[in-house]
Amino acid sequence: MAHAKNHDYHILPPSIWPLMGAAGGFLMLFGAVLWMHDITAWAFWAGLVVVLYTMYAWWAEVVAESKVGDHTNVVRIGLRMGFILFVMSEIMFFFAWFWSFFKHVIYPMEEYIGTEYMAPAIHAVDPFHLPLINTLILLLSGCAVTWAHHALAHDNDRKGLVQGLAIGIALGVAFTALQAFEYYELLAHEGWQFGGDEFFSNFFMATGFHGFHVLIGTIFLIVCLIRAMKGDFTPEQHVGFEAAAWYWHFVDVVWLFLFFAVYIWGTSGM
Amino acid sequence: MADAAIHGHGHEDERGFFTRWFMSTNHKDIGILYLIVSAIVGFISVAFTVYMRLELMDPGVQYMCMEGARLVADASAECTPNGHLWNVLITAHGILMMFFVVIPALFGGFGNYFMPLQIGAPDMAFPRMNNLSFWLYVAGTSLAVASVLSPGGNDQLGSGVGWVLYPPLSVNEGGLSMDLAIFAVHVSGASSILGAINMITTFLNMRAPGMTLFKVPLFSWSIFVTSWLILLSLPVLAGAITMLLMDRNFGFTFFDPAGGGDPILYQHILWFFGHPEVYIVILPGFGIISHVIATFSRKPVFGYLPMVWAIIAIGFLGFVVWAHHMYTVGMTLNQQAYFMLATMVIAVPTGVKVFSWIATMWGGSISFKAPMMFAFGFLFLFTVGGVTGVVLSQASVDRAYHDTYYVVAHFHYVMSLGAVFAIFSGVYFYFGKMTGRQYSETFAHIHFWMFFIGANLTFFPQHFLGRQGMPRRYIDYPEAFAYWNKISSYGAFLSFASFILFFGIVIYALLRGARITQNNYWNEYADTLEWTLPTPPPEHTFEILPKQEDWDKPHSH
Repeated sequence: MAHAKNHDYHILPPSIWPLMGAAGGFLMLFGAVLWMHDITAWAFWAGLVVVLYTMYAWWAEVVAESKVGDHTNVVRIGLRMGFILFVMSEIMFFFAWFWSFFKHVIYPMEEYIGTEYMAPAIHAVDPFHLPLINTLILLLSGCAVTWAHHALAHDNDRKGLVQGLAIGIALGVAFTALQAFEYYELLAHEGWQFGGDEFFSNFFMATGFHGFHVLIGTIFLIVCLIRAMKGDFTPEQHVGFEAAAWYWHFVDVVWLFLFFAVYIWGTSGM
Repeated sequence: MADAAIHGHGHEDERGFFTRWFMSTNHKDIGILYLIVSAIVGFISVAFTVYMRLELMDPGVQYMCMEGARLVADASAECTPNGHLWNVLITAHGILMMFFVVIPALFGGFGNYFMPLQIGAPDMAFPRMNNLSFWLYVAGTSLAVASVLSPGGNDQLGSGVGWVLYPPLSVNEGGLSMDLAIFAVHVSGASSILGAINMITTFLNMRAPGMTLFKVPLFSWSIFVTSWLILLSLPVLAGAITMLLMDRNFGFTFFDPAGGGDPILYQHILWFFGHPEVYIVILPGFGIISHVIATFSRKPVFGYLPMVWAIIAIGFLGFVVWAHHMYTVGMTLNQQAYFMLATMVIAVPTGVKVFSWIATMWGGSISFKAPMMFAFGFLFLFTVGGVTGVVLSQASVDRAYHDTYYVVAHFHYVMSLGAVFAIFSGVYFYFGKMTGRQYSETFAHIHFWMFFIGANLTFFPQHFLGRQGMPRRYIDYPEAFAYWNKISSYGAFLSFASFILFFGIVIYALLRGARITQNNYWNEYADTLEWTLPTPPPEHTFEILPKQEDWDKPHSH
């Protein structure tokens, strides 16, 4: 269409990805219900593949658009704003899990008059052991990512960018590995259960969703690392990397709350 | 000067059908898609209630029988009441109306179409993600409909747990249906959150040159505040229903007292979302009504700045009053006192709005066009609903009214009548702009009077039923409640007839309606930017950004 564009906003051509992603999402969730009721797992996996492919293709397109100059100054401001808003919605998602956790520690059910519930004896976890190490690892990882960001933004130091990101990712993977190890220890040797009591419910869903976000953040950083090694990002224009770094810090902060609330307050007093 | 703002006028639309409607990145087309789908879902949801009102017309169960659902009562045949069917219909009505009709129509439909136009933006900030919002809405609707049609509790189809999905009922309801309903709400929530991100970014980043925040038209402001409510409240709901999902399928005990859980916790988290949700539903309606009243009174809206701040105040207060939905669960007296006072405070900004609308009309030169009639209807009905809301906010009075038809009457007055009248007002106001054809004023007036009388006939008697003590959510009732139930059912049939008439009006207008060629077919008090565009607007609007004199009219501030 031969129309002139006289502004800096980004007007997009029609795209198949939204329809495809929503169809994949429908299939995935419908499949999840079938799977939970032991009918078939296939629909879920098929849907997941469609969703993942859509994400890949869509974001690849966004990266390509950024390279042909569609992401003007004002568009980049919009992208950043949009991502911050997304992180805010994520914070509100964790708000629900913390609400449940705080309710149960402040007003435990066994203290209600007439209740027959007895909290099970739970093997206490020393928060200043593995959880503290994990806290430090995650914070260090955040530092490394910030280092990478500064290297890019202030000095256009490509080597520092790649190294910082690589270290950040390695530390993130270490965090996930240690968290998996902790889950294994708790479940296999300390008699913890996946569900069955409000404490286990809160613990595993809050830390589990955090772990899931760590995974997403790690993948996000890995994508940035690959892009950085291929020469993407300039000191002026690196919205993707910025978003990944923000996401990573968000994951950090959620962990700090988890550490102080769920670990120090929740598990050590038992 | 206005035409200078429009480049691309006269371009032929070269997109194919599939490309235009299924792969759209155009906010106007996506807005239209939202309006069409929400109208269809609305029709399904209304049809459910008409069947329910049919059942409630007389005491005893005549239609929803275990022997098979009937459309005609048959005294000679056996009829064992099928309470499950009733519960499924009532649940589906609530979920569909809340998540899949009113928000998509007002926020998705009008918000998408007119918010960018009003602020002079060429499109939304994220046009592709905008379409993802729409298709996720369709995916969510499909899951919700699948939920009604799939195996559920009591060895029947569907779930009958009420739209609030309270545990333990929602945890114990068997079958696939409940899980599908939970995912339906997840997906519609994701759709709304993405939409909210899009709207906020568009609003903050893409306003026309010179349009400072407090020069933005009221409808755009209402969409902006609504977006914040969606962004901050829906993820909390997502958490709550994820807990339900875990309790149902994986043996978690968030809400099961046997495992130390607490069903009341669910109510708190749900209503922390649920109360902002009420304002998500009504705020865009406020925006539309402001423009309609100003236009047809030929006066700028009274007190623009207080109107904006009232919207913001309502949005904020909406987050701190949630437990007034649950006075009877055994909260402490202090908690009840707080929630009661906080709730009553909302009457202040709402009052600011209502009186400002009245003041806008005061001394104006009012023309009684269909959009204005619906705005009048809105004003009256919303005020009635607001006043009964103040009654219900009293924790002590709520002891008597909780879970009675009084509550049903109250929230239908604000939502079914307030929000839906705002939708109709908006549809008639903007129909010509969106389609280039005009509706029939006579039939629109008939539609208004049928709907206005029908809706009042349906819901006003429910106040009496509530005061007599008739509880909500039951398929049957004793003789004593028969009189007003009968009248209420007649009202529902009349409203349904008006709804069908509305579809007729729309279809006739699309096919045979008078063509409109003017940019602004109302008057100069419809002074926002969408009225400077051709009718219907071209595919791409504001390719040259509008100039300040196009929208900054001397009389508007």
